[in-house]
Formats: sequence, C-alpha cells, structure tokens
Amino acid sequence: MSQPQSNGSPLVRIDGVEKYFQRGAEKIHVLAELNLTVAPGEFLALMGPSGSGKSTLLNLIGGLDRPTKGTVTVAGERIDQLSDRQLADWRARHIGFVFQLYNLIPVLNAERNVELPLLLTHLTGAQRAKHVAAALALVGLSHRAKHFPRTMSGGEQQRVGIARGIVTDPTLLLCDEPTGDLDRKAGDEILDLLGALNREQGKTIVMVTHDPHASARASRTVHLFKGQITSEAVK
Amino acid sequence: MKFAHLIWGNLARKKLRTTLTLLSILVAFVLYGILCAVKQALIGGVALAGADRLIVRHKVSIIQLLPESYQARMEKIPGVAAAVHQTWFGGIYQDPKNFFMQSPVVPEEFMRMFPEFLLPPEQMKAWLATRTGAVVGRNTADRFQFKIGDKIPIQSPIWGQKTWEFDLVGIYDGAKKGTDTTAMFFRYDFFNESRAERGKGLVGWYAIRVKDPAQAAEVAQRVDAEFENSPAETRTEPEGAFVQGFANQMGNIALIVASILAAVFFTILLVTGSTMSQAVRERLGELGVLKAIGFTNGQLLGFVLAESCLLALLGGGLGLGLAWLFAARGDPTGGMLPLFHLSTGDLVTGVAIALGLGLLTGIFPALTAMRLHVADALRRM
Repeated sequence: MSQPQSNGSPLVRIDGVEKYFQRGAEKIHVLAELNLTVAPGEFLALMGPSGSGKSTLLNLIGGLDRPTKGTVTVAGERIDQLSDRQLADWRARHIGFVFQLYNLIPVLNAERNVELPLLLTHLTGAQRAKHVAAALALVGLSHRAKHFPRTMSGGEQQRVGIARGIVTDPTLLLCDEPTGDLDRKAGDEILDLLGALNREQGKTIVMVTHDPHASARASRTVHLFKGQITSEAVK
Repeated sequence: MKFAHLIWGNLARKKLRTTLTLLSILVAFVLYGILCAVKQALIGGVALAGADRLIVRHKVSIIQLLPESYQARMEKIPGVAAAVHQTWFGGIYQDPKNFFMQSPVVPEEFMRMFPEFLLPPEQMKAWLATRTGAVVGRNTADRFQFKIGDKIPIQSPIWGQKTWEFDLVGIYDGAKKGTDTTAMFFRYDFFNESRAERGKGLVGWYAIRVKDPAQAAEVAQRVDAEFENSPAETRTEPEGAFVQGFANQMGNIALIVASILAAVFFTILLVTGSTMSQAVRERLGELGVLKAIGFTNGQLLGFVLAESCLLALLGGGLGLGLAWLFAARGDPTGGMLPLFHLSTGDLVTGVAIALGLGLLTGIFPALTAMRLHVADALRRM
C-alpha cells in the first residue's frame, strides 16, 4: 500500500464551500462558507448532529456531489470542475468508501464484492485475485472469501466493506458512520482496523460519526453544526 | 467478460421471477416458431414458385374443367415455350385422414416443366413403360413406407367411385429444401381411358412456361384473350399468385400470423419490461454503490441492457430451439401441411426479435440507472 508523497501541502482542501438544496421555493442551506484541510496520513473524524452537513461534506470530498459555491481540491486536483465521467474515473483511482450499512452486493460473495473496484482497472484476473486475497487477509477474512454477505455477521460484512474500500490502494478512505450499525464489540474491531490502516499503512481517513467513542480513535476531530465548523480537537 | 458474474448474479437474484419471465418468453417464441412453420406450410410455395411459369385455370373456378385441346392452342401463342396439364384426382389412400395430392400428368413433358422434381432416369424409363405406373414424392413415400414395386390402391370419390390401383415405379426428391414432395403423379393416358365418359378430354388446369419471364404479364393476357368468349374462358396468373390465392382461401395467412404474434409479443414486452423495471428499482441503492466505486453511467446502462438482452435471448433461444425441434419432426397434421418447417430466415428473424425485445425492455430501466444521482441512491440503501 502506498501514499502520495507529502510535500507539506494538504491532501484535501475545502475552500469557501457552500451547498444548498432547493426544495420547492425553499432553499435549504447545508454547508455555509466552509473551509477545511486534511493532511496526508491524517485520521479525521467529522462529528455533529443530524442535519449538520457532515455526510454532505464527505460526499463533496469523495466526488459524489458538487458544491454550490467554493472549491474542493483533492491530491492537487480541482474535483468540483470535473464532469460526471471524469469524476467516476477519479473516484475509481483515488477514493475508497466504507458505508454505515456496508452496502455489499448481496448476489456476490466476499471476494467478488472486494474485487468490484478492481474491475475498473486493467489488471488481469490473476492480478485481481492476488489483490483481493491481500485485502481480505488485511481485514482478517481470508477464510470467508467464498461466503455471501447474508451468511456473515455485521462486523464481518463491514470488514469486507473495508477490504473493498482499500483494495485499489486509494489516496483517501472515506467512512460514513462505519460503526453506526454495529454493536460495541464489533464496532471496536472496525475502529481497531481503521486505526491500524492509518498507523501502519499510512492511509488518510475521513470518518463521519455520531459516536464520541469512535471519534476518540481519530487524530483530529472536527465538529459541525448547521453547516459550519464549530470546533476542532487535535489528539 | 469480467462483468459477466455481476450480470448473471443479478439475473439469478430472484430465481422464481427470472424463471417465470424466462418461461413467458420461451412460450412466446415456441408459438412464434410454430406459427412461422404453419405459415411456411401454407404459403411457402409462393416463394418456391417458378418465376417463368403461369397457371391457367377456368375463369369461374378451379373446379371447372378445361378442354385438353387447349394445350396445343396455348403452345402456339407467342411467348409460350411449353404447356402441360394437371387434374385434381382427389383420391383416398386407405383412410380420408391420409391426405396427399394425386394428379394425372403426361410424364416427360410434366417433368420438363417442373425440374424441381428429381426422378432417377431408370425410374423415369420404368414410368414410361408402365401404363399404371405412378411416382410419389419422398415425403409421402417415407410417411407410408412405400417402396418401388408396391401396388397402391387409391379410392376416387370423383372419378368413377372405384378403387384405382397403381404400380409404384419411382420416388422423386425435391431440388430444394422446401420443395413439396408429397404428391403422387400417374399417367394421364391411363387416367383418361379408365375414367367414366363424363369428363373425358377435360383437364383441371394448365402450367405454362414463358420464354421470357419479363413478358409473363403480356403472355397471360394473350392466353386469356385466346379463349375469350369460348365455353371455357380462362384466367391466367403467375404460379406464385396461384399458390397465394389457393392459400388465401383460408384467409390472409401472413396477416393472421402477424396479428397473433404482434399480440403475443406486445404482452411479453409488458411482462418483461415490468420485470426489468422492478428488478432495477429494487437495487437502485446497489447501483449507487457501483457509481460511488467509480462505475460510469455508460457502464451501468450497459449492465442493465446486457441483463435484459441476456434474459430475452435465453428465453427466445430456448423457445426457438424447441420450436425447431418440433418442426424438424415434420408435418404434425399427417398430411395437411406438407411444407411444415421452420426456415433459417424465420429463425434469424426470431433471434433479432429476441434481441429487440431485450433492448426495448431494458432501455428505460437502464436509463433510470444511468441518470441515478449517486448521493440520492446511497440514501436508498
């Protein structure tokens, strides 16, 4: 696993970002004049109550959505200016997602789920299999490679989700409440895994969470309220 | 091909629904295949009809007879190369269900007129040497296990209410796959001498070979003009039109078949379209995940279309295969549909219809998948 070389510049830079949604005549402001940077190798937690804009911010960083105003730069690239097609290619190269509800494809077994992002690369079948095996080994699920999501526990499914998120060695791992649907024990295992990926593999992680117990694992925590950053805490 | 497991996995997601949809498509294509074979049996002769042949029949109806003497007059008409006559014998072999056409002909000139009937030279020689000799097509010979040397008794309700006995001297084959090899031909001289006085010297219809097919219409007019204001006026038409007219006695076969198939395929379109829409609606969230991972709009469009096309081609292919197997067994009516077979052209058209069905039923769900906003889709999970 590799990371882009740090030259002191942030990996993620959010400058003056606004985001609002139009619902009929009503304009709903989700993010307002928001500025944020994430350094390479950082483990950042975004916290805040429902509707504070943390998931929207995560979507903007991940190129799933575009800001109404402002710029989003990731790994030196202005992603807010990319077309849909360019964004899809960019996401495939740079971003690994981990979702709250795991979002595995139920008709595919664990290794096929992990292989999905690799289908967008030029790797051969044998090379893909090697990468999948490595990712599953990293999350401790080599023995469950042939199992389908419905036969796995929530914790195991989330570990498959993490393996899928890291299999392409992305620049940035974005986690949307990764422990939100798990019990404390399984949640701790997932947080241990994310922590290890950050410390040992140098993965840059941005994690949205409600849970102070989860945010305590991050190196920095940013609190949002009504679309604005209200406080920051560095560990 | 690396996406095959994803497409196949989605089809296998709801096995019962996929199976039922597949069966609906299969049944529609079995019906398509069988109706095409029936249509081929009823009007396939039109395509095989000789472009340089005309048929001359009585102006009133085909059951009215024409004088045998017309043949010599026809052969003198400018543009006519040859003329031969045939007559409907309408005999019964053992049981009325064992239908096949029989007709008295003048052997040499008849075989020259219809070169699509292939009779070995030694059998032709035997036919010319045997007054009671008859030849049958391969289809009928196989059907009743006739072999050369057999005596074939045919009861005629038209020509003297008696049993006619023929000596089988030859079995002819067809030059083309669709050539009708169900008829039996026997010698006109034997027929004319043996039939009752009523009808002697009269024949059913004539086949004319024209010297130049491009002049066929003019020749037909000349033939009808030749016999105008006679006791037996004629109506002359191309062989294809004659065969078509014969088939049309049952109605416009092509239109009937097309109407039935249109109704069937419209229903299948709705069934499959609804299945595909539901299948895509159920997994909008998963499609959102694929988009988040980096799959493009075009790839998602391709996945859904590939899925619907695979479903339609599987069902259609299996249905066409079953219909082909059924048609390959031959005429299911025991003689009423001698040309019953599923042509390569109809098979290819069937595959094209299946592909069209797949594209048409997949395109709207595919567009839905393509236009999906990824953040919205993820919220649906």
